[in-house]
Amino acid sequence: MFGMVLAQQNEVAAAVLFYVFAALAAGSSVGVVLSRNIVRMATCLLFTLGAVAALYFLLAAEFLAAVQLVVYAGGTLILIVFGIMLTSKSPFVRLEPRRGEVMAAVVIGAILLAALVAGILAAVNQGLFSGTPIAHDESYPVDRLGQVLLGDFLVPFEIVSVLLLVVMIGAAYLAKARKRS
Amino acid sequence: MAFSILSLAEPARSVFERFFFGDGEPLGLFLSLLYGAAIVLFAIVPFVLGLAMIAIWAERKVAGHMQSRLGPNRVGPFGLLQSLADGIKLILKEDLIPGDADRVLFRLAPYVAFAPVFAAFLALPFGPDMIFERHLNSGLFLILAMLSVEAMGVILAGWSSNNKWSVYGAMREACQMISYEIPLGISLIVGVMTVGTLNLADMGRVQGGGLHTWLIFQNPFVFVAFFVYFTASLASNKRAPFDLPESESELVAGYLTEYSGMRWAFFFFAEYAAMFIVGGIQVALFLGAWHDPFGLIGKYHAQFTQYDNVPGLIIVNLIGAGIFVAKASIIVFVQMWLRWTLPRPRIDQVLYACVKVLLPLACVLLLGAALWELLFPSGFGIPWVDYHPFSWIGLTHAVTDHKGNFIAQASALGVAVQLALTLVGLGLFLAILGWIGYAFVTGRSIRKRLTDPEEIVTGEPAAG
Repeated sequence: MFGMVLAQQNEVAAAVLFYVFAALAAGSSVGVVLSRNIVRMATCLLFTLGAVAALYFLLAAEFLAAVQLVVYAGGTLILIVFGIMLTSKSPFVRLEPRRGEVMAAVVIGAILLAALVAGILAAVNQGLFSGTPIAHDESYPVDRLGQVLLGDFLVPFEIVSVLLLVVMIGAAYLAKARKRS
Repeated sequence: MAFSILSLAEPARSVFERFFFGDGEPLGLFLSLLYGAAIVLFAIVPFVLGLAMIAIWAERKVAGHMQSRLGPNRVGPFGLLQSLADGIKLILKEDLIPGDADRVLFRLAPYVAFAPVFAAFLALPFGPDMIFERHLNSGLFLILAMLSVEAMGVILAGWSSNNKWSVYGAMREACQMISYEIPLGISLIVGVMTVGTLNLADMGRVQGGGLHTWLIFQNPFVFVAFFVYFTASLASNKRAPFDLPESESELVAGYLTEYSGMRWAFFFFAEYAAMFIVGGIQVALFLGAWHDPFGLIGKYHAQFTQYDNVPGLIIVNLIGAGIFVAKASIIVFVQMWLRWTLPRPRIDQVLYACVKVLLPLACVLLLGAALWELLFPSGFGIPWVDYHPFSWIGLTHAVTDHKGNFIAQASALGVAVQLALTLVGLGLFLAILGWIGYAFVTGRSIRKRLTDPEEIVTGEPAAG
């Protein structure tokens, strides 16, 4: 009896955690789109990325969650804010999109949302998500991830490293100070 | 790998869970959430806040004594209650927000700076079973992630103050923190590669055989990586000599210029907590985590685990936690010591040191450590009683303990280098202690002049 109550409590707890972080992610992303101040937009993006990292934690993918925080919240986002600070003429830049742009964005967003919902419903109907849920004590062992990266997926790994190198060289060239002649 | 001997059959619940809830299957999600919340509320929050208070007092005392003055000594014995008095004052201060500042972001920034640092305490291994989650397979990486999110809080603080000095401080800080994350990560990878896991609990367990098993003595490359990590961690903490973001003499107070009262205090909680976390990582990864130099804690923990002696395990855990906190506090003291000793370089010199000195050095260490592990694995966790290095012949040899169980693959050259490094490290440590003692003894005349009322009142320059 106590065991059954505890099992229900576990499910309730899991559901509550998921909904809290999903609401935070959805709300912050709405804030990213709707806010006019560009730094507030970046802050809402920080909360979105953090909430998505929390969702990864709930799926027992803690390495991926840590990577999300390091790469996105601690790297990409800081560089975005850096770019804002270096290039904006006044401290609080306000963005005012034109009405035509807003209409086009709403239409495209609605189409993408419909496609996403249709895809998820089709996958659920085909039974793709009916596997056993992961016990909360196990998580994907990180050394297995390393072995897979250097074993089964070696070619994509190397291609991605070359791509990153090309990107770095391109960025360094573009950011090079030009001599005024 | 050598982890076969370390992963003994573990009961489903950890020692402290068994102490509170009795034996059984693993706690479900709901109970472990409640248990986790209770630990955070009653153990981690008081620890972090008490740590910040003591660290602030210690910083002022250390600064004072290094500058031939006394530091706070009026409020409470030796000025110990000074932090409490400061806290009360800061809470009672007027809540000022600059008129043109972005009010929401201004209020939000201290929390975005403090919360990740506080969350990183969840992954620190205070004792063999005193880890918030012992199956956290990427604990070290999580701490790195939390420390990188802290940078965002500092940038928000600088930007939302609507103040040129704050923005300059925030920009410098962003540059510094994100560029120093690279040698920081690479030097940590050197240590991780030697052990083979990111789990801080396993890393601590591996260093349980005595002083020579501490990871810093494993490899000459890990030895140097410790110092590279120490330097990079000083920069990522905005700690002197890399404290340009809050350089007091140049930028008023950098990104903190417009902050006063409790919000300012939050940034300093974050700074001192981050100092402890960084010290904690160094201790867990390089300096033997919760183990004493004689390997007693490892021995007794294994013994109590084998005979399932829960009270004994709890005592061992508490002693181990004390040792961990003491070692991390020594590193925090060294950070404070450096602050009042070294001058501050310019921002371009800071970045030069990162990109042209520490980064190539870290890459060389990474390659060297990888080759070393390939050619001369020295085996880790071998306790004193089972050390018979002269009986190992050949490049690698399977080491067994006195009962005949397999411990590790080791090579005689690797073990010889390990023991040599241990002697070198011990010698350095004792030399520094001797130097400090010598300075203490010869500084007697200065201390006498500071504390003897007769000498101060006369106003004549004292001899010596």
